[in-house]
Amino acid sequence: MDIDLITQVLFAAIKTGTPLLFIALGEAICEKTGVLNLGQEGMMLMGAVVGFMAAYATGNAGMGILGALLIGMVMSLIFGFLVLHLGANQVATGLALSIFGGGLSAFVGSSVVGQTITGFQPIEIPVLSDLPVIGKVLFSHDPLVYLAIVMAIIISFVTNKTRLGLTIKAVGENPHAANAIGIKVLKVRYLAVMFGGAMAGLGGAYMSLVYTPMWVENMTAGRGWIALALVVFASWRIGNIVLGAYLFGLASIMHLVLQGMGWSISPNLLAMLPYVATIVVMVIISADKYKEKLLAPRSLGKPFDPRQMA
Amino acid sequence: MSETLKKQNSSPRLELLNITKQYPGCLANDQICMTLMPGEIHALLGENGAGKSTLVKTIYGIVSPDAGQILWNGHEVDIKSPAIARDLGIGMVFQHFSLFETLTVAQNIELCLTKSQLEKIGNLAEKIRDISKDYGLNVDPDRYVHSLSIGERQRVEIVRCLVQSVKLLILDEPTSVLTPQEVAGLFTVLKQLSSEGCSILFISHKLHEVTEICHTATILRGGKFVGDCEPANETPATIAKMMVGDLAEQDAGYEKAHGGSVIFSANDLHLPAKNPFGTSLKHINFELLKGEILGIAGVAGNGQEELMSIISGEDNRNLKKVLTLDGIDLGIMSAGARRKSGLAYVPEERLGRGAVPEMSLSENTLLTHSSGFVKSGLVNWSAVKEYAKNLISQYSVKCHGEFSEAKSLSGGNLQKFIMGREIGQNPKVLICAHPTWGVDVGAALAIHQALLKLRDQGTAILLISEDIDELFLLADRMAALCDGHLSPVVRTEKTSIDQIGQWMAGTFINEPKVSEALA
Repeated sequence: MDIDLITQVLFAAIKTGTPLLFIALGEAICEKTGVLNLGQEGMMLMGAVVGFMAAYATGNAGMGILGALLIGMVMSLIFGFLVLHLGANQVATGLALSIFGGGLSAFVGSSVVGQTITGFQPIEIPVLSDLPVIGKVLFSHDPLVYLAIVMAIIISFVTNKTRLGLTIKAVGENPHAANAIGIKVLKVRYLAVMFGGAMAGLGGAYMSLVYTPMWVENMTAGRGWIALALVVFASWRIGNIVLGAYLFGLASIMHLVLQGMGWSISPNLLAMLPYVATIVVMVIISADKYKEKLLAPRSLGKPFDPRQMA
Repeated sequence: MSETLKKQNSSPRLELLNITKQYPGCLANDQICMTLMPGEIHALLGENGAGKSTLVKTIYGIVSPDAGQILWNGHEVDIKSPAIARDLGIGMVFQHFSLFETLTVAQNIELCLTKSQLEKIGNLAEKIRDISKDYGLNVDPDRYVHSLSIGERQRVEIVRCLVQSVKLLILDEPTSVLTPQEVAGLFTVLKQLSSEGCSILFISHKLHEVTEICHTATILRGGKFVGDCEPANETPATIAKMMVGDLAEQDAGYEKAHGGSVIFSANDLHLPAKNPFGTSLKHINFELLKGEILGIAGVAGNGQEELMSIISGEDNRNLKKVLTLDGIDLGIMSAGARRKSGLAYVPEERLGRGAVPEMSLSENTLLTHSSGFVKSGLVNWSAVKEYAKNLISQYSVKCHGEFSEAKSLSGGNLQKFIMGREIGQNPKVLICAHPTWGVDVGAALAIHQALLKLRDQGTAILLISEDIDELFLLADRMAALCDGHLSPVVRTEKTSIDQIGQWMAGTFINEPKVSEALA
């Protein structure tokens, strides 16, 4: 492989990993407060289709992003109302949300299948983008790639260094104790769920506005599910999530490159590569079971009813 | 109300007027009135379910009362949330601790403070060190809570209140998780606080503690106020009478038994913890004799749970030639196989471990008695029901019938049922954890007598309890667990509460020769 190919592969890997990064970051915050939202795939598809339609109708990709953020939050509010307010089972409700989003997005988007829009243009960061290799790989992307990285840094800072981060962790570990010291558990969880929804919508919009600027049914191809797995295997650590997302991107690109190089492996097997590689690496990283138990939010998936005192 | 206190401080700090709280199916607080003076240590007494916890949660803003008034320094206040309570200067130390294990001590304390409080304090870690030095509490702000012992965690909760300069400190059964020596330390702190003018509301059902440090006491029964007194002028017996109503039949001393041959033994039981919140077991050796009760004292979280789950087979790690029951190596045997070889088990957690909450009592009977009632895969339901009915009447379990769901029973009644079910298997060895925890006086007596009867029939009983008084009453031989170490085993009549208390605190760990001297 020559240097140009490597540059291109790495560039594409970051792009491919970006939607995954958005979703995984949102879900990580959601899970840190103890709520497991399996509806990522559905929220992502709705974000993709609504984002595309908004951009198509207004001719403005920024409006597409806005639409995706809003629909993501609306979808997550449906989930939030059912599991937080009514105490429904989180797993079942999340699965239903995924199936619901898949069907609804196909229905809503049937009129715009095959249409195209102009997505975001890359921004070449002055000076840095002129660096050899690194300049192309890291500093000549579209704005959303930078946004994802900035979000990861902010979230990492907030969860580790701020009062808000402490509150999130406290609610996820022991909602009853958090309630007893006066933290509004349901409010924190609602906000986290909505943040997760917005990020999933954004991840979907990245697929339909930037990655492949068009709408196709089920275009997210299971990225919502891989994001869920990624969060767990990354032990809810933001750094690991970033690593895992880009690793997934790299493996996705590698399977195309390997096919292009004429490897005589079944393309179906190669298509598994990103999923297998991401999970294997994450399992190895989080092999220290003893330590990992400290990182998992202990109330994950358990409903909290403030009227029922422990 | 104490006259001396009234003279010193004319205005009460806290007054409760006709506080009433109705839960579905239960009137938890019925028009309760209470007055607290500055610097007063006030005991709130009552049996389980008397409404003590509901009342203090009302004061702390967790529970909102249906009716009644709260006066703070003479002004009516509406305490809607714990944040408001803390603003007024009310702090609370919870019975089941409200600390977050994955955060540090300083982070836990920070979460309870408002921004303005934090600004006023400045360096929080420094403040924590200062307070813990002033009161001899020995709390390190940088440690993670999951690495602290139960006693240390309680001190963290107290420091958390002191950081906010409390004027009323509420402690919900603070001594139930402490060793006798730790209790003495806590009392010193409480007395110091009281002398500085802080009021203390102290929930307990250990009467000798109340008579030791409390100035006044309010007694609740069934959600109602039944009287108040000055504990210094009362005896534990007279207070108990007020708590229980009529003079409860007290357990008299029982005769101690000398066991026969060895039926069960643990030989160098050494086991790392399965998770970071657990305790590793360290080289535990003991023998259980036929027809004796071996009592194991210790504060919860010192390895009791781990010890029980490895013996019962719930923890399925393979240990070869470590646990022996009647000559059989328990090694890889499953929990079910162990039961078949004569091991019965009454776990601490009644709902979820001892019984399936959503299943009826007869179904719960079937769970541990399968062999007798199942023929070629078919359940003989009429026999199961008959058996469950017998258990219910024999142990006077209060319930609607054998079809009642396990979760519909009160803790004490379910415990009687589970004890009866396990005893009914005629076990060779019975492991029994906290048998009378949360059980009323009458049911406790019935459980004690059932255990002694079983012992006299030749069963070996391993009794794990946090209640030292109960252990001294029932056990023929005793030991203590501390941080996964087992102390030497001694005959009950040859030891004292003080000695066991010291062992619970781990004094035996570095002096292996003590065991030889005492054996």
